[in-house]
Amino acid sequence: MSAPTAVLFDAPGPRARARNTVAGIVTLAVVAAMIGVIVWRMAATGQLDARVWEWLLYENVQLALLDGLVNTLRAFASGAVLAMLLGGLLALGRLSDQRWLKSVSGGVVELFRAVPLVVLMFLFYYGMPSIGITVSTYAAVVLGLTLYNGAVLAEVFRAGVLAVPRGQSEAAYALGMRKSGVMRFILLPQAVRSMLPAIVSQLVVLLKDSALGFLITYPELLFQAQFLGSNATLGSPLIPVALVVAVIYITLCLLLSAFATWLERRSRRSPAALAVAPVGRLDDA
Amino acid sequence: MDVLFGNLGEYLGRFGGTIGLFVISAIVSLILGVVLAAMRVSPVPAMRATGTVYVTLLRNTPLTLVLFFFALGFTKLFFYLPFFLLAVIGLSLYTAAFVCEVVRGGISTVPEGQAEAGRALGLGFTQILGLIVLPQAVRSVMPPLTSVQIALLKNTTVAAGFSVFEAGGFYRAINERGGSTLVALLWVALGFIVLVLPLTVLQRRLEMRWSVSR
Repeated sequence: MSAPTAVLFDAPGPRARARNTVAGIVTLAVVAAMIGVIVWRMAATGQLDARVWEWLLYENVQLALLDGLVNTLRAFASGAVLAMLLGGLLALGRLSDQRWLKSVSGGVVELFRAVPLVVLMFLFYYGMPSIGITVSTYAAVVLGLTLYNGAVLAEVFRAGVLAVPRGQSEAAYALGMRKSGVMRFILLPQAVRSMLPAIVSQLVVLLKDSALGFLITYPELLFQAQFLGSNATLGSPLIPVALVVAVIYITLCLLLSAFATWLERRSRRSPAALAVAPVGRLDDA
Repeated sequence: MDVLFGNLGEYLGRFGGTIGLFVISAIVSLILGVVLAAMRVSPVPAMRATGTVYVTLLRNTPLTLVLFFFALGFTKLFFYLPFFLLAVIGLSLYTAAFVCEVVRGGISTVPEGQAEAGRALGLGFTQILGLIVLPQAVRSVMPPLTSVQIALLKNTTVAAGFSVFEAGGFYRAINERGGSTLVALLWVALGFIVLVLPLTVLQRRLEMRWSVSR
C-alpha cells in the first residue's frame, strides 16, 4: 500500500494546524469521556472493588483459566491442521480437470461457506444425537472449524495457484512434465509463498471462531470465564473476567498476526522469492 | 417436512429476526466503518491513533466475547436494554472494524494523481476524501464489502446463543415441541444458503463488472 494518507492532505499551514489541534483535542476529549463513563459506571457498580478482582490471585481459578486456554489452543491446533488438509484437498479438486470432481468440490466449498459456523456446530452437537450419533463438544467444535475454514482456505489455495504466472506452468509442460508434477514441483512451491499471509490471517479467524465453542458448552476460555463470572463466592466478577479473557484473546491474535507479518517480510527479503503478490480475498467472520 | 410446515410461523418469524438484525447492523456498521476509515487517514494524529486502536482491539476479539460482554455485562454496568438492541450494538461495533479496513484498502486503490489534482485545486482533506477519493473507491470496495456483510449475516447466529429471537435458536423451539433438532437445524442451514447465495452471486457480478482496469 503506497501511503495514500500523505497524499490526501497538504502540509498544514498555520490555520490548518490550529484546526487540526482543535480536532485532536476534541477527539481526545470524546475518547476520554467514553472511557471515563465506563470507569465511572464500573466503580459505581462495584466492578473495581478489590473483592471482584481477588480471584486473580487464587491458584485454582488460575488453573481453571489455564485449562480453558489449553482447550482453546487444542481446538485451534487440531482445527488448523485439519482445515489446511481439507482446504488443500478441496483446492486440488477445484483445480482438477475432471469435471465431476471440480463441481463436487466447488459445491462443498460453497455449501460450507454459506452455512454459519454456529449452525454447523449446533448440527453436530445438538442435531446428531437425534439420529443416534453422539458427538463430543470437542469433536463438534473441531469439525465445525475444519469444514468452514477448510472451505475458505480452499479458495485461498486456489487463488494462490492461479496467481503463479502462466509462463511457469507452460514452461513445465513444455519440458514434458505431467499435471501432477507441474503442481508439485512448479506451482505449489511458488504459490505457498504468496499465500502465507492470507493463510495466517485465516488462522487468526479460526482462533477467534474457536470461542464459538462456548455456545455448545465446550469448556474453552470463554466458557470458563462465564463459569467464574457467575460464581457468587467470588463476588460474580463477570466483567473483570471478561476483560482478562479479552486481553488473552487479543494477545494471542496479535502474536499470530505478528508471525504473519514476520513471515511476509522474511519471504520478501529472501533472494529466491519470486515477485508474487500476496493473494486471497478473505471473508473473515 | 412436518418440522418445517408445522412450525412455519416460528421459522419465518425467526428468519425475520435474523434479517432485521442483519439489516440494522449492516447500516450502522457501514456508517461507523466509513467514519473510522476517514479517521484513520485523517491529518489529525489523535484521530488516526483512536481509529487504529479501535480496529486492532475489535478485530482481534472473538465476536462471541463482544456479544458476551454486551449481553451479560452491559445491563450490569449501565441500564436495561432488550437483547435485540444489545446484539445490534455488538454486531455493529464488531463489523465496523472490518468495514473500516476494507474502505481504507479501497482508498489506497485510487490513483494518487486524483488526490493530488484535488489538492492542486485547493480542496481540503474532507473535500478530497468525500468528493474525489471515496466516490472512486466505491468500485473496488464493493466486492470485499459484500463479503464482510455476508459474514455479518452469518454472524447474526451467534446472537442466538444470547437468547435473541432469530434463526439460530429455531432448533431449541422445535426441541421443546418434541420435533427433531437435526431436521430443524438442516432447515436453518438451508435458509442461510438461500439468503447467502444471492449475495455471493451479487459479489461475483460486482467483482467482474466493476474490476475494470484503470
